[in-house]
Amino acid sequence: MSKAVPPTGATFVGMPPFPRAARDAVGDAQLRHNLRKATHTIRDKRAVVVDELADWAELRAAGAAIKDRTLRRLDEHLLAVEAAVTSAGGTVHWAADAAEANRIVADLVRATGETEVVKVKSMVTQEIGLNEALAAEGIRAYETDLAELIVQLGEDLPSHILVPAIHRNRAEIREIFVREMGEWGVPAPAGLTDEPAALAEAARRHLRERFLSAKVAVSGANFVVAETGTLVVVESEGNGRMCLTLPETLISVVGIEKVVPTWADLEVFLQLLPRSSTGERMNPYTSMWTGVTPGDGPQDFHLVLLDNGRTDVLADRTGRQALRCIRCSACLNVCPVYERTGGHAYGSVYPGPIGAILVPQLGGVATGKVDAQTASLPYASSLCGACYEVCPVAIDIPEVLVHLREQVVEGGGHRAEKAAMRAAEWVLDDPGRLRRVQRLAARSRKLIPKRAPGPGAAWTDSRSIPAVPAESFRDWWVRERSGPADTAQAGVRPTGSAPAAAVVEARESEGEGR
Amino acid sequence: MSSREVILNRVRRALTDVPRDEVFPVPRDYARAHVVEGVLELFAEHLRDYRAVVHEVAESELADAIAEAVVRRGARRVVTPAGLPPAWTAGLAAATCVPDGWVYGPIDDLSDDPTNNRPKPAAPHLTIAELDAADGVLTGAAVGIAETGTIVLDAGPGQGRRALTLVPDWHLCVVRAEHVVASVPQALERLVPGRPLTWISGPSATSDIELDRVEGVHGPRTLEVLIVRRPPVV
Repeated sequence: MSKAVPPTGATFVGMPPFPRAARDAVGDAQLRHNLRKATHTIRDKRAVVVDELADWAELRAAGAAIKDRTLRRLDEHLLAVEAAVTSAGGTVHWAADAAEANRIVADLVRATGETEVVKVKSMVTQEIGLNEALAAEGIRAYETDLAELIVQLGEDLPSHILVPAIHRNRAEIREIFVREMGEWGVPAPAGLTDEPAALAEAARRHLRERFLSAKVAVSGANFVVAETGTLVVVESEGNGRMCLTLPETLISVVGIEKVVPTWADLEVFLQLLPRSSTGERMNPYTSMWTGVTPGDGPQDFHLVLLDNGRTDVLADRTGRQALRCIRCSACLNVCPVYERTGGHAYGSVYPGPIGAILVPQLGGVATGKVDAQTASLPYASSLCGACYEVCPVAIDIPEVLVHLREQVVEGGGHRAEKAAMRAAEWVLDDPGRLRRVQRLAARSRKLIPKRAPGPGAAWTDSRSIPAVPAESFRDWWVRERSGPADTAQAGVRPTGSAPAAAVVEARESEGEGR
Repeated sequence: MSSREVILNRVRRALTDVPRDEVFPVPRDYARAHVVEGVLELFAEHLRDYRAVVHEVAESELADAIAEAVVRRGARRVVTPAGLPPAWTAGLAAATCVPDGWVYGPIDDLSDDPTNNRPKPAAPHLTIAELDAADGVLTGAAVGIAETGTIVLDAGPGQGRRALTLVPDWHLCVVRAEHVVASVPQALERLVPGRPLTWISGPSATSDIELDRVEGVHGPRTLEVLIVRRPPVV
């Protein structure tokens, strides 16, 4: 089991690059079984409810266009959000990066005098490593989503955007609850079985008192409506409602790309998101709130608008479409790579196809700033395109993956590959050179090892070095088809082949002098 | 420079390829609704799909239906938000009703308050512990959505604060036929942004354990809906 490590940017510290992590993951039979069952269940549910809407293609086109239009005027919409939230009694903060967002939240919590916060499941607070930053300030953050609770109690890392504990089966979850719940609060009931209903009941009991006594909550948001200042959180369990309604102070950390301009725009996304995400016509609970409502819900509301690399993504004309993402996770569930490796192999907060394009961009791949692990993510794909097909906002993930691979190669991260490509170009560019290299290889074929040496060894981990033939095709052709040449054994000479052989020889001669 | 300026400047720098007078089209040729007929039946069917308990009643049967539901549930203390029509609780013992005084202005009273952001805090204001001690809550609803099996509460009269429908374990919700629309777009047209809104589709649920759906986690574990049929046209 991997120990939770606070992320810096959107990747977890110390995680190996994707190929190594993936190799370990695909060797774990239990994990592969859990993942296959889960991804197939959810992708089938999605397909059924998407088919219910005959205008799905039109909704998808509208969703993509609304997001694009918003992003192309993002500064104006952000100012509108600020004005609307402020006039509704909320306070707006701006955070340029993770450290600043964490500082703002920690200061706000400290100002209340509290040392505990309850949390609604939120990808962005994972991205900035909020729980760890709060812990360093002596503030304990309690995750309240069932799956996040499983991850937190198990000192584990999330492996899916929607169902972060997708890699765990019921027996493992029961074991974690029995072992850890008592350490954190109300212990697991005696005789707890591994029935999902019993496990959910244990979570209810474990968290009930905490909800009813919490003074400060931290959330993200699925959407922020610019014209009204309304925040929207979609959820299933009611833990979101508990956190958004009962505490006195609410702090919502929201990425700047979550803005939609108008109230009416929600009519598109509230159809696209639940059907794409959980495969339901509508998720059990959606909360919408605007600033502060006297007498109802938190009377102290703070919105933290977060950049943390999003403006770098926005600056990339191909890559900026990743900011349309509404975090539904449909792309994870259909991805043949994700299905086999799971989310941990990506080593990042956002796993799967969307993570493979979002994480490197948030980390600054365009400027060559990213580490080897992040640089490996655009390669965690077969480019099959299933992710694009299901994306409710039509993000062309394969297009962005290829674009990012170019940036990784240009970024100097792959010096050996570039040197190899330059050498290949030198050889292949010149027929005479190629012929001499091929003959050299044929003569020394017994010396070529099964595994490549040095940094090339990784390539042969799952492949064999192709056998070098005793004779190159060109030499064979000349020998077989053009009579006496290098070797004396002239076979039957088919009519009309001499000119062809002559052409080969002539071209090779022409090439010699270059 | 403040982070506000830093972020706004970064955004503007990132968008130098976008003409400031650009008109970016959004195609809105999706359907306003997917069904026209049988909206009420579909509403009931989709509520049941997500494990809500559903009854369809005539206006004249409503008080009895509420009283029967309370008895069936064995509920002794039922939270009643301000603005609940008195007729609804006519069949209940006074001791059963636990009133909460908080009320938001009615939606149609926008004369002096264009945003309608005018909640009226009033006694009694139930504490969280009092809500936790109640067996259930009885409310109306602002909108029902047939295509998704959703009920929307907007804190209006008879719906109350959000906590009222969250802490008690049983939610008995009355939805009038005239409040039921076909689709999400139609629902948003009827709702007033600015009010605290709760969209409810069945009881709370989780699929976090092996994608097995379990109903009843933190919100009310039982959602019971009384759909009040339209009076017959004479």
